[in-house]
Amino acid sequence: MAVTVNRDELVSRASGDLLALTHIYTATLVLGLGGLFGMLQGFSRANLIVMPDWFDYYRMLTAHGVLMALVFTTFFICGFFTWSTYQSIERTRSVTVGWIGYCVMLLGTAMATVAILSGDASVMYTFYAPMKASPLFYFGATFLVAGTWFTAFDVLENVVWFKRRNPGERIPLPAFLAATTFIMWIIATIGVVIEMLFLIPWSLGWTPGIDVELSRMLLWYFGHPLVYFWIMAAYAIWYTLVPARFGGHIFSDALTRTTFIILLLLSTPVGLHHQFLDPGVSSGWKWMHTVATYGVVFPSIMTAFAVFASFEIAARRAGKRGFFGTIAFLPWKDPVFAGPALGMILFIFGGFGGIVNSSYSMDILVHNTMWIVGHFHVTVGGPVALTFIGATYALIPKLSGRKLFAPQLALVQVYLWFVGMMIMSTAMHWAGLLGSPRRTSDVSYFGAQGAATWHPEMLWAALGGALIATSVLLFIIVATGTYLRNERAAVPPSFEFAPVDADAMPTPAILDKLGRFAVIALVLAILAYAGPVTQELQAHPYLAPGMRTW
Amino acid sequence: MHIHKGERLWLTFAFIMMAVFLAVITTAAVVDGVVPPSRVQTIDPTKVSQTPPFDKPGLRKVSDGEYEAYYVARIFSFSPDTITVPAGAHVTFYVTSADVEHGFSIPETGVNTMVTPGWVSSVAHTFRTPGTFLLICNEYCGAGHQTMAAKVVVE
Repeated sequence: MAVTVNRDELVSRASGDLLALTHIYTATLVLGLGGLFGMLQGFSRANLIVMPDWFDYYRMLTAHGVLMALVFTTFFICGFFTWSTYQSIERTRSVTVGWIGYCVMLLGTAMATVAILSGDASVMYTFYAPMKASPLFYFGATFLVAGTWFTAFDVLENVVWFKRRNPGERIPLPAFLAATTFIMWIIATIGVVIEMLFLIPWSLGWTPGIDVELSRMLLWYFGHPLVYFWIMAAYAIWYTLVPARFGGHIFSDALTRTTFIILLLLSTPVGLHHQFLDPGVSSGWKWMHTVATYGVVFPSIMTAFAVFASFEIAARRAGKRGFFGTIAFLPWKDPVFAGPALGMILFIFGGFGGIVNSSYSMDILVHNTMWIVGHFHVTVGGPVALTFIGATYALIPKLSGRKLFAPQLALVQVYLWFVGMMIMSTAMHWAGLLGSPRRTSDVSYFGAQGAATWHPEMLWAALGGALIATSVLLFIIVATGTYLRNERAAVPPSFEFAPVDADAMPTPAILDKLGRFAVIALVLAILAYAGPVTQELQAHPYLAPGMRTW
Repeated sequence: MHIHKGERLWLTFAFIMMAVFLAVITTAAVVDGVVPPSRVQTIDPTKVSQTPPFDKPGLRKVSDGEYEAYYVARIFSFSPDTITVPAGAHVTFYVTSADVEHGFSIPETGVNTMVTPGWVSSVAHTFRTPGTFLLICNEYCGAGHQTMAAKVVVE
């Protein structure tokens, strides 16, 4: 391949690398800020510190949620999929659309962050109406989403270009995974954008009230696939990049594509499982979404099989046998491997907890308790964050040609995160089972009897949080140190896609018909929501006026 | 399409597991009526204090051992603040919000629902053991959210 690369392509590749690298560094800095807020929250809930009025707990909690769940993840994912698409489709290309996307996202982030930090938007990352934030917050969130659409367009345009140039050929797997994820994302973000069409005029004072239940449905129509947006990017790394760290192979190209197709189809029609306790949604539709959520468990179960199979097959080829042989074979001293692998261990807890949450009546026991907070810290805060961090340790050197600063710190960092997250999320899960609520600055309730068991768990959570925050600090040191030190790597740093296993079955052509699957996904989303939305519109003419309660 | 033998076994196991989970949840819903609280009735959130029965929130005795409790959630308190029922009382709670989204939870009892402006939420529980139960708002509702609590006394 190298001989065919001309000068234009080299320039084009360098500009693509810079685009991806800028996304990744932005995500890194956002993680640093979000991590600091996270630690302060843990201390605050454990009554170790009291936040001052000019920077109160709820403002900080909103900032933590928005920066971690929406900003850090989105910048990383857009950067990563831009890179993996560019990397797997050789082409002289323009990166203008990608840069427009980045700038729009950055502008949106800046607007929302200013609104939150100034105290005008202490509404959490779920911004439930009728709590009314300043218009700046809603505009910022909308720009953040709109920016991702440019990135999505760029990725899909490259895939379409490839298909036109190479009729009959399979879309390269990394680009396929990027395209599937972004199609899912476009369908999902339609919900939140429609919600913004209600919220923005209302926050500007142009409309008198809001249908609260409808706005909640639109939010969660988007809110659950948001989770899969994170997960799909992490899975893409597990499937295509992690095996290359130990000389392994992708277990099966066909299985990988099938998994992503199922995720595309089933990520959206499941959002009502966040609203099991909403008075405005009928129990029949809640049950339907339980069933669909059980369906979306399968791609994760398939992923667990395929990823662990890729471990074991490589170990066997190296002459290692059995469970312990495989464990001993894996490169646990490579942070690029250890990050995602430790994340996988956390995801075993995250996955099973998620099944509890989505199980209809069982959710009554855990809804809005600390259990939920524990859960998403072993999903987005575990496998997703550790995978993105591990990949960052490879991507930064690869894209910048620099040597990674203090790789030992990077290794300590991923293990510290894992230990901290285990302690914190176990305490959170347990506190939740004891009934402790989430999103509360203080769980003492004036010394009430029912709240007595909660405080010790908050101390454990604060300890875990302190370890994670230390780990975040190490991550920032390694990432910024690599930049500031600016030491050229002697050997070009590698971060390569693993080859597909020679024994894997061939990939059926049908799996590449992405347009067809996109239409099915959209139809499923409409089927899942037409009923409950119609019920709400028919039942409920009352609008709630907005107010600022913080 | 050829599927690896180990994978087929693994998927079969997972399928059976999820089918059992679904069967348990569905049986509990159909046979015992264990369903999340859903769609009782709508109410104008701006006129809660004029709308019966929420104009006079509080406990009503329906018959021996059977009670209805009407609550209004407002930043940052519940009305009524305290109710007292005898041990063994079956209480059906009806709750609505006069302002923003709230939660209504009595930890470790299974009483847990969202309180959405515009809707009445309903959830029932039998209080078998005497004691003082903490009733809290478990959805963030503003600056004083952490103080929003009430009591259910079982004698």
